[in-house]
This record gives sequence, structure tokens and C-alpha cells, in this order.
Amino acid sequence: MGGRDATMVLLDENGIRCDGRKVDEPRRIMIKAGGLKNADGSAYIEFGDNKILVGVFGPRDVHPKHMSNTDTGILRVRYHMEPFSVGERKNPAPSRREIEISKVIKEALEPAVMLDKFPRTAVDVFIEVLQADGGTRCAALTAASVALADAGIPMRDMVAAIAAGKVADTVILDVNNEEDQAGQADMPIGYMPSLEKITLLQLDGVLTPEEYKKCVQVGVDGCKIVYELQKKALQEKYFGNGDN
Amino acid sequence: MTSTSVIDELKKSQILELLEQGKRVDGRALDEPREISIETNAIPKANGSARVRLGETEVICGVKIQPDRPFPDMGDKGIFICTAELLPLSHPTVETGPPGPDVIELARVVDRGIRESHMIDVSQLVIEPNKSVVGVFADNVVVDYDGNLFDACSYAATAALLSSKSPKWNWVDDAPTLVEGEDMPVPIATIPVSVTMGKIGSHIIVDPNGDEWASMDARITITSDSNGNICALQKGGSDGFTLEEINRCGDISVKVGATIREKLKAAQQGSQ
Repeated sequence: MGGRDATMVLLDENGIRCDGRKVDEPRRIMIKAGGLKNADGSAYIEFGDNKILVGVFGPRDVHPKHMSNTDTGILRVRYHMEPFSVGERKNPAPSRREIEISKVIKEALEPAVMLDKFPRTAVDVFIEVLQADGGTRCAALTAASVALADAGIPMRDMVAAIAAGKVADTVILDVNNEEDQAGQADMPIGYMPSLEKITLLQLDGVLTPEEYKKCVQVGVDGCKIVYELQKKALQEKYFGNGDN
Repeated sequence: MTSTSVIDELKKSQILELLEQGKRVDGRALDEPREISIETNAIPKANGSARVRLGETEVICGVKIQPDRPFPDMGDKGIFICTAELLPLSHPTVETGPPGPDVIELARVVDRGIRESHMIDVSQLVIEPNKSVVGVFADNVVVDYDGNLFDACSYAATAALLSSKSPKWNWVDDAPTLVEGEDMPVPIATIPVSVTMGKIGSHIIVDPNGDEWASMDARITITSDSNGNICALQKGGSDGFTLEEINRCGDISVKVGATIREKLKAAQQGSQ
């Protein structure tokens, strides 16, 4: 995705990262619930320089019909990046990467959504990445949870997500694009804070068993920060200024 | 494989009942992988190959090594690509046509495990910087299905790479030119081993077989390297894991991975 600079300092002697953050500091996160007129639920998130829009439809009839399940509703997720969202134009057709991310986000949301209440129906989640800057799957999952809640779909919990990682032999929170490209490890985590369950977890990069455990812990703690912002976004839409 | 039937529901309740007593349908311990058999050099026309059986799951991996153009701004590195495909003869539900999300995920997770471990030292695969590099392609085909394709494909690819002999090319007259009779091993830095665990109810089982795979609530695939470090991970399935379970799975993957690594090494020695 470009933005590579071999001379860049990922972590300076004062423990400050390439974008000025501390090791345990997430990027600026802004979440807005609603915003789309036609979708049953929607959300917009700015997560650092990521800009992602999510629309939810359903529960509604399943097409094609053979996909429907008589015992439960089904969740369908499409994660899609706009051609203009990255440095070099991206082919608009879904790539293998996007198909995999769609699948892991779907499986991260399924434990949270009470699909058994709506047999023979589908809930469709459409994720559109307008601008990407590292960590899009976490930002997308975070926004998708808010959009599902905004659609009024019964949920057991919301899934909050953020990546932990390792740069300059140090475990960090919220890996940005530069850190993903030049760092040592990237571990996206999706977590349901009330149910204390990890529903999305991936890793690429080498970690010792101790670093592995620390990374998961740092990620889970980060998810709790994101969770508060998700709740605040819903409160702002439904209870005015969020005081309630 | 994802189609649920009454039979599957019955099997699932039986599997869960047994697990409550600490037992598995095929008599294994919870952290015990199935028997692994590895036949290397199964395809002599490939530069390296392996036929791996993990229980009754069977995968053939062939490695092809050939000159290729480097990726832009990666002119000082060779190319490594690993794929996986389900053949229609592997299961009655497999159809021909473009791969679905399950197979795409399989191929990407197997590739990622080997790539992120830095098993292949791609910096040694350069013929002429920015112009020509060596490409190593490990293609897995699943010929028989009984669950856990992630590990079966990963072991097949790893065993095939360990047994591979690379031809040598020199840069002559602006083109890669084959040097006859100078085969050499592929530069190997570490041996990655993926260990996939299924979660059924609150039980974690290593290397789920086909019936267990169909009954799982969630799964996790963790790849570790020769130093016992964790280098790749993928969670899947429609349930979550607790923090404690994630930590425990990390420990299991390193421990079980070490025993499987010895089998891969033994297969490599047998191939020479």
C-alpha cells in the first residue's frame, strides 16, 4: 500500500512512535452511528486516517433462496475497498484479501448477533473502505457492530476491535500503516468486552510466547477503549448529547 | 462440508457427550494430533513434493522453482507463493469452479504461516537484482477430506519445500541461464509448524477430524517456528475464545508443534 520509508524511526529513544503516539496510545477514533437514509442501520468511523462507512440491511428475505436456513438467520458481510482508498488504484473487483477479511469479520460478528431469533432471513452488512491506512479490518468490525446495533438487531454484545503489534522489539497498541509495513508483528483483535470473548484474532509476524500473551492482553485492553467510544456513538444518536 | 443434516446434529451431540468425559470419537487425547504419514518426492517431475496423510485427510504438494520477475520495489528478494485447492474428488460436496471463501481462506492461511515464519530465505533467491529472481511455488491439492486441511496443507508444503532441490541460474546476456547439473537445496531458515485447534462447547481439541470439524463452534490455527516463537495465527468459526483459552492454545501449539517438527525433519532426512 505504499508509504514505505527505510530510514523511518518506528520508535525513538523516548518511546515515541513514528506518528507521535506513545506505545499504548490508539489513534484518534471518531464513530458516528446512523447517517444513511436507506440502510436499516449504519455507522461511519474515522480511525486515524482510515475512513469507513457501514450499512446494514435486515433481517430480510434471503436471495438466493437456497442460502436460507430454517433454524436460524444468516449473517452476510461484504468488506470492500474503493479503488481510490489506497496509494495505487485498487482494482474494484473483490480480491482474495477482501474475501478473506469479509469472512473473518462475519465470523467475528456472528457470536454477537442473535440470529436464531430470525430464521429464514438474512442480515447483510456492507462495509465500504473509503480511505485505508492500516488496521481497516479492526476499524470496519468496530463500525459494523455499531451499525448492527443502530439497525436494532438484537445483540448479545458489541464487538470492539483494534490491533496490537510489535515494532522495535516493543509491544504496541493500534498498528498504523507504516508500522504494519516495517514492523515485526501485527495482531488484529476483536473482543466482546461484556462477554469477555475474543471473536477475531489474526497474527502475522514473529512473537515469543511471552510477547504473544502480552500482545493479546494489550489488544484486549485497547478493545475496551474502543468499546466506550462505540457506546458513546450510540448514546449520542439516541439520547442527544451522550449525557444519558 | 458445511451442510448440516440430522446425522450431523446427532454426531455433534455424541462428540460433545464424549468430550464431557474427556474422550474423543476416535479415542485420541484432547491434545493429540492424528497419525501423520509423509512421503517425500512423490512427484519426481516437481522440484520437490510431498504426499501427506493426516488421519484420513490426504494432500499432495508439488514445488516448482523457476526464474521470475521480482515484484516492484522487492528487486532484492525472490518470490515465494503457496496455494491450496480442493479437488472435486476429495469430497462429494466439492464442486468445480472458482474457489469460495473457505478455500481462499485456507490458501491464504497456509501461505501466511510459511511466509511469516521466514522459512524460505528469499534474499538468497536473486539472480540479477531488480531484473530476475527465483520463484518458489508450493501448490497443494487436497485429494481426500477428513477435516483440518489447514495443518495437512501446511505439513505437505513444508515437507515438500524441505525436500526441494533448486536448479541454478546465472545472468547471461540479459537473461537467466540454467547452469546444468548444479542443483542445490532451497535456502531454509526455520521449520514452521501449524497446529489447528477446534473449540467444541468449552473443550479445546487438537487436529479435529472431519466429524469434529463439522461440530466445531470455533477454531484457531497457530504456527510456530523452530525457536518456539509464534509467527502466524488465524481464528475462525462462529464463536469466540476467552483470553485464558487463547493463551492456552498458544502453549499447546508450541508444544505439539515441536513433536510434529521432528516428524517433518525425519521425512526430510529420509528424502536425501
